Amino acid sequence: MQADVLIQDDRIAAVLPDIYVEDAVIFDATGLVVAPGLIDLHVHLREPGREDKETIATGAAAAAAGGFTTVCCMPNTQPVNDNATVTRYIVERARDSAIVNVLPIGAITRESKGEQLAEIGEMYQAGIVAISDDGHPVPNAMVMRRAMQYAMSFNLPVVDHCECKHISAGGVVNEGFYSTLLGLKGISHLAEELDVQRDILLAEATGAHVHIAHLSTARALQMVREAKSRGIRVTCEVTPHHFTLTDAAVETFDTNTKMNPPLRSAADVEAIIEGIVDGTVDAIATDHAPHHADEKALEYDKAPFGIIGLETALSLSLDRLYHTGKISLLRLVELLSTGPARVFNLKRGSLEVGAIADVSIFDLNKVVRVDPTKFRSKSRNTPFAGYVLRGGPVATIVAGRVVYNCKEEE
Amino acid sequence: MRRKDLLGIRELTVEEIETILDTAEAFREVSRRNIKKVPTLRGRTVINLFFESSTRTRTSFEIAAKRLSADTINISVATSSINKGETLIDTARNLEAMVPDAIVIRHPSSGVPHQLARICRNTSVINAGDGAHEHPTQALLDALTIREHKRTIRGLEVAIIGDIAHSRVARSNLHLLTKLGANVRVAGPRTLLPPEIGRLAESRPGKIVVTSFVEEAIEAADVILLLRVQLEREASAHFPSLREYASFYGLNAKRLQLARKDVIVIHPGPVNRGIEVASDVIDGPYSLVYEQVTNGVAVRMAVLYLLMGGNKLDAVKEVHEATHQERAGSRPVTTTTDAS
Repeated sequence: MQADVLIQDDRIAAVLPDIYVEDAVIFDATGLVVAPGLIDLHVHLREPGREDKETIATGAAAAAAGGFTTVCCMPNTQPVNDNATVTRYIVERARDSAIVNVLPIGAITRESKGEQLAEIGEMYQAGIVAISDDGHPVPNAMVMRRAMQYAMSFNLPVVDHCECKHISAGGVVNEGFYSTLLGLKGISHLAEELDVQRDILLAEATGAHVHIAHLSTARALQMVREAKSRGIRVTCEVTPHHFTLTDAAVETFDTNTKMNPPLRSAADVEAIIEGIVDGTVDAIATDHAPHHADEKALEYDKAPFGIIGLETALSLSLDRLYHTGKISLLRLVELLSTGPARVFNLKRGSLEVGAIADVSIFDLNKVVRVDPTKFRSKSRNTPFAGYVLRGGPVATIVAGRVVYNCKEEE
Repeated sequence: MRRKDLLGIRELTVEEIETILDTAEAFREVSRRNIKKVPTLRGRTVINLFFESSTRTRTSFEIAAKRLSADTINISVATSSINKGETLIDTARNLEAMVPDAIVIRHPSSGVPHQLARICRNTSVINAGDGAHEHPTQALLDALTIREHKRTIRGLEVAIIGDIAHSRVARSNLHLLTKLGANVRVAGPRTLLPPEIGRLAESRPGKIVVTSFVEEAIEAADVILLLRVQLEREASAHFPSLREYASFYGLNAKRLQLARKDVIVIHPGPVNRGIEVASDVIDGPYSLVYEQVTNGVAVRMAVLYLLMGGNKLDAVKEVHEATHQERAGSRPVTTTTDAS
């Protein structure tokens, strides 16, 4: 549809074929896509604690440059976001320094140690939108069950990084041909699938909403697909790197191919794309994980897990999913905006009259050369340096304010 | 050889492997002489950078470099200290600034030689064993030993037995043997057999068969390569006890009878006697473990020489010239070299 969008103050005021308002500031988006602001359910902003890797301000700037208007930040900061004081700190820092919406995710257990429940209710009052012990998944099924039951009082989704650490046991890459070839310790797909299965059973029993973070295996996807068909409240996200790269990328021993869950087999990537196409996948999330270059410059097995993704996600999605004809533009917007809004019950991801004016404007055909030196993020750890991708962000508007405009950059 | 580094067998062509083996055969002569030195690499510097304890391999590289008249420096680094501030990249840049001609590196982390080779653009990097990834000179010396006794590697049936999962020796040998046309049976407890190992032989003349029954692997084998049970590498969590390992997977005289009559037994060392192999086997007539050590020096001489710009024919010539000079000199010659 071709139309004009009128924004008044922080709201969408009208969407009509021809709007004329005297004195209005005009953003000419002829030939561009005007979409509800993109939402990333899974980022690590490192503040408080590791401001050398990223801050709320730089992470938000990276988000804006990537077309995102809202990011949800994981609680694995130092200290862990496991109480309302830390939550309030993040919310206030975001208000003072962030150019996009930053919504905190609280820990499930104190210090994410998997034992005692964190003060979920108080964090909810302070502004968390979900709970997760991302990276340190709750190993005790009884604790997880109670967390799900408890979270229901606040209608909070429970986000799980599904990894049975007994199975992954110090692994660094996907277990399979490449771990064998390269002599690197493998992480079996079972590590993810055992926990996905557990979570689905617990969600079914409790009636709670469980959201599977960065789903990466064919079998896990099939489990989610089946659970959904049985009406269980389970949703899932996938990352751009898991639908773009296979574990063959590890062959160079470049530590920017090391993340958790690891890059999986070609069959897994194929299955993930199938899930993106058929609707099983609810959201694309980046798992933006900034690390200092010094830390990534270690031996492969010693380097930390994780890559950044905010500034490449939209281009990778357009290039690999839309331009290949796998999904429509509408589905792409669903995966990056309306879908994630639904998963976390956010009143965002809409261009309807009266909605908050979070808008992402992007060009389907601009040629994007991925150049990490130009990133807004403090970190540079991406495996996509040098990639040439078709399509990318042009401008980002948060609550009626233009926070990113690529024209002003050049 | 038009190659800056020797990072693994996987990257080598059949031709390159054969060139190294032929050159090593020429250099083997040097070690049999009184004056065990040729001037070939005079003025060159070789750094042995070892992040993991090793007597055999480090000494072997050092002797190889010295017999070629290169200057050698040994650096042993406790891995615990490197992560305190200095990264791998810092270490590499510092070493490269000293302008060595080659760095021989052993490291417990897979891939470090590759990372090092990317940073050190003007220095040859030689992998002396990285994690569970590759140990190319070990596979080359094994091949030289096999070739000596079996004339050719093509068509041989080779059994590799033990902890395949954690073994860089197994990986390098699997690459080399299947490239040169041998069929390899790998055997061990399933817990120590890595997934999809058979695919390493994809599009190679030799094939890989995987079995958890040692007898099946040994049956009519031409060569048996035993792997060390790496006690320090948590291998013990993969089977109940060393006693049980020895009884089900160890090579003893009885199992050896299943092999061909002219079977040879090789082992990268150090040997755990009574665990992966019984003493009477490793000390017996089929065992070539000490010959392997001798061949190790020759192979490493060949690798150093070829990477630093030498070619096969010159090597043969130089060795012969040096031999003639020695004979012409005043020293008595007791070498068995046949310098025809």
